[in-house]
Amino acid sequence: MSVIYVVLPVALFVVLIAVLAYVWAAQHGQFDDLTTPAIRVLHDDPPAKVAEQRESEPSETNKTP
Amino acid sequence: MSHPDCVHCGLPVSEGALLEAASRSFCCAGCRTAWDILHDRGLEQYYAMPERRLARVEASGRGFEEFDHDTFQVRYVTRAGECAETDLYLEGIHCASCVWLVERVPLALPGMISAELDVSRSRVRIQWDAERATLSSIARLLDALGYRPHPFRGVDAEAMRRAEGRSAMVSIGVAGAISINVMLLAIALYSGWLSGMDHDLQRYFRWLSLSLATVSLLWPGRAFFRSAWAALRARSLHMDVPIAVALAAAWTRGLANTLLDRGPIYFDGVATLVFLLLVGRFLQQRAQRAATDSAELLYSLSPTTARVVGDDGRIAEVPAEALLPGMVCEVRAGDTVPADGEITAGHSELNLSLLTGESRPVMVEPGAAVYAGTLNSTQALRVRITATGEQSRLGRMLAEVALGATKRAPIVQLADRLAGRFVAAVLVLAGATALVWWHRDASRAIDLSIALLIVTCPCALALATPLAVTVAVGRAARRGILVKGGATLERLAQPSQLILDKTGTVTEGRTALVRWDGDDATRVRVLALERHSNHPIAQGFVKAWSGLAACDATDVVNTLGGGIEGVIEGRRIAVGSPRFVAQRLLDATAPAIHDGSADAHTPVWVAEDGRLVARAWFGDPVRADAADSIAQLRQRGWRVRLLSGDDEQVVARVGAQLGFVASECEGAASPERKLAAVEAALAGGDVVMVGDGVNDAAAIARASVGIGVRGGAEASLAAADVFLARPGLAPLVELTEGAARTMHVIRRNIAFSLIYNCIGAALAMAGLINPLIAAVLMPASSVTVVLASWWGRTFDETPPAEPSARRDDALPAGVATTAVAPATPKAAHA
Repeated sequence: MSVIYVVLPVALFVVLIAVLAYVWAAQHGQFDDLTTPAIRVLHDDPPAKVAEQRESEPSETNKTP
Repeated sequence: MSHPDCVHCGLPVSEGALLEAASRSFCCAGCRTAWDILHDRGLEQYYAMPERRLARVEASGRGFEEFDHDTFQVRYVTRAGECAETDLYLEGIHCASCVWLVERVPLALPGMISAELDVSRSRVRIQWDAERATLSSIARLLDALGYRPHPFRGVDAEAMRRAEGRSAMVSIGVAGAISINVMLLAIALYSGWLSGMDHDLQRYFRWLSLSLATVSLLWPGRAFFRSAWAALRARSLHMDVPIAVALAAAWTRGLANTLLDRGPIYFDGVATLVFLLLVGRFLQQRAQRAATDSAELLYSLSPTTARVVGDDGRIAEVPAEALLPGMVCEVRAGDTVPADGEITAGHSELNLSLLTGESRPVMVEPGAAVYAGTLNSTQALRVRITATGEQSRLGRMLAEVALGATKRAPIVQLADRLAGRFVAAVLVLAGATALVWWHRDASRAIDLSIALLIVTCPCALALATPLAVTVAVGRAARRGILVKGGATLERLAQPSQLILDKTGTVTEGRTALVRWDGDDATRVRVLALERHSNHPIAQGFVKAWSGLAACDATDVVNTLGGGIEGVIEGRRIAVGSPRFVAQRLLDATAPAIHDGSADAHTPVWVAEDGRLVARAWFGDPVRADAADSIAQLRQRGWRVRLLSGDDEQVVARVGAQLGFVASECEGAASPERKLAAVEAALAGGDVVMVGDGVNDAAAIARASVGIGVRGGAEASLAAADVFLARPGLAPLVELTEGAARTMHVIRRNIAFSLIYNCIGAALAMAGLINPLIAAVLMPASSVTVVLASWWGRTFDETPPAEPSARRDDALPAGVATTAVAPATPKAAHA
């Protein structure tokens, strides 16, 4: 049973890391809005034409002057 | 072609509204514009989405120039280099595809960086390159898609609430992680206690539990000690005082036993308690925050712009905050006057109901003074600004509101009132236990009295109120009743005094046809004529007879302040004030003209080819459910009174109609008089004030509970504790009934927790307590309370049947329902 003297601190250390990760997430607003991201992820496929347009715009403005 | 569905919104296209373009059909111009926008940018994939927004696009078509104004930029926009950022409230956010439309479509604009929507709060955060794009162009695009943007005003309050929410999340997470781990250690200790355990291992587990529980108490748990200390310094007893005492006692006892290496340690109880209490508090805070968010969204919808006429005669839209005395503004029909001023050109009628409570429109002409917050109803006016912001009459009234709010006595909740007696009783019992056992078995005296302190920890008592209130506030929000502070439910549960405003609260706050004296053929002709006018009287006719088919009118002439005349089916019809119509009468048999002030209605005459053929009366109609609701409130024991800024005779007549005796109705009350009346009534107990106007706001803020009604002014909504998002007075009845049932649930919860505590105290005093019994009793009481709160019947759970909303005060759909809905199911898991 003496292994428990080592395993318990290790387990608590893992918990500490998880808690710190959670605290970081909470403080950076990851839990502020729990509705929209669930919807947004369904649309997460940027429309190709918009992407092209956005890329081409700067080059166009460079050409014209 | 049969009737296909609209290409954009998918709704059936009604005949006559069909707009066809290149073999596509649209139900309205708004949908067509939206479709064009998506089509032009190659975003047709929207139409392949499984879930689309099934609503007509109702664009306002405004220019939103004021969004680019310097004052607006200073107030609402934050800049970091070229990247500008602002938050906008959007009307009409419903569903999943809204996220796509709002976030994706604006990206096609040059200079747009990002748009991030928060569906539950109907708010979008926009970032754009200020060099390449203007906010007004983004706003116009959102508007064209059917999401009318409004500046978000409560940034500071919102930032504060968000910080509060985040720190609560952190506390709960830490407390939860610790409590689970301490509980695991405790299970090992309990099983060791039953089956024998290596002594060194036992000591090791105790020290680990001690260190974890100490972290829990010092980090998430410090909130209880801080608030208990604050309560003691204020010489009051708060629920947190017994909690802090029990936590401290349990921790000290555990520490002593750990050092002495014997007996129970209680650290699992300490950690679990901290966690559960924090969860209860968080849930209550969250439900209230959602209700506050929804209410804030509603009062952000009031207009904030003014049309300033420049020296060169050009008109520019600016934010109302940018107005300065001396500027000349144009106020169109249907607009709210943005600041106090003097009319320089134009004649019109002003609706003062939100400012003063007067239901009848007031005629104004050049030279007359106008006040911010009044509504121009008929013709455009030019106004020279004399006072703005805090100097305006509206601003001075708002200062009264702030004053009223500071004078209000805070609500001491039932659980907190009980907490005082509870602490006293527990301390006396602990002392008695120590004293009695000192003589019988001195070694156990201290042990048992500390055990009593621990086992009577009012854990369930502290959860009893927040959970019941959370469930009630969430359910009320789904019924269109937004409760901003849960504590107000306690005051609404007991019938006390109820003061109702008249205009806009008991009545509908608009001009409507109340009596018609004429035949049906005349009705059709009057309607044909009145369709050519946007005067409130004309609108009243159109609304009252919306089912009638109309014929055409020709040669229509509008006479301001008089009436309207024209030719219909070869007959010359004149509709208007008795004076106006009398001039057009050929026979002398007309009744005497009186202006109608005696019977509180505005008379309208109708002449056909010089003969008087019909008479109509207009007034502010009493809401359909008012009489019934007031009767129900009286039956429940409320003392209901009517207090209005309107003409005394009008108030007396409406009062009589609703069964008030003369002493219960008061008219011609100024805002100051309303405030004074509420203060006087406070001497006789709690006062609930219900109103909609700016003139009610101070009284609403001062009353024990202030209630704002749908369609009310921003100031009254901001001051109110409860906001009724459904029209009529029926929600008021529902609110009081729901509050009474909520109090019933709270009392039952408190009774449960007191019974548990009595059992615990009795066991402790008898010397029978051991850690196992304590470990079972504590969570059992909490779980009972949680379940009782969840199953308790408070507000009706079915969403209300929404009557057809008026466009001008229509709720942004989903505001009241989506924002709060997720808050309640969690309570069952806590």
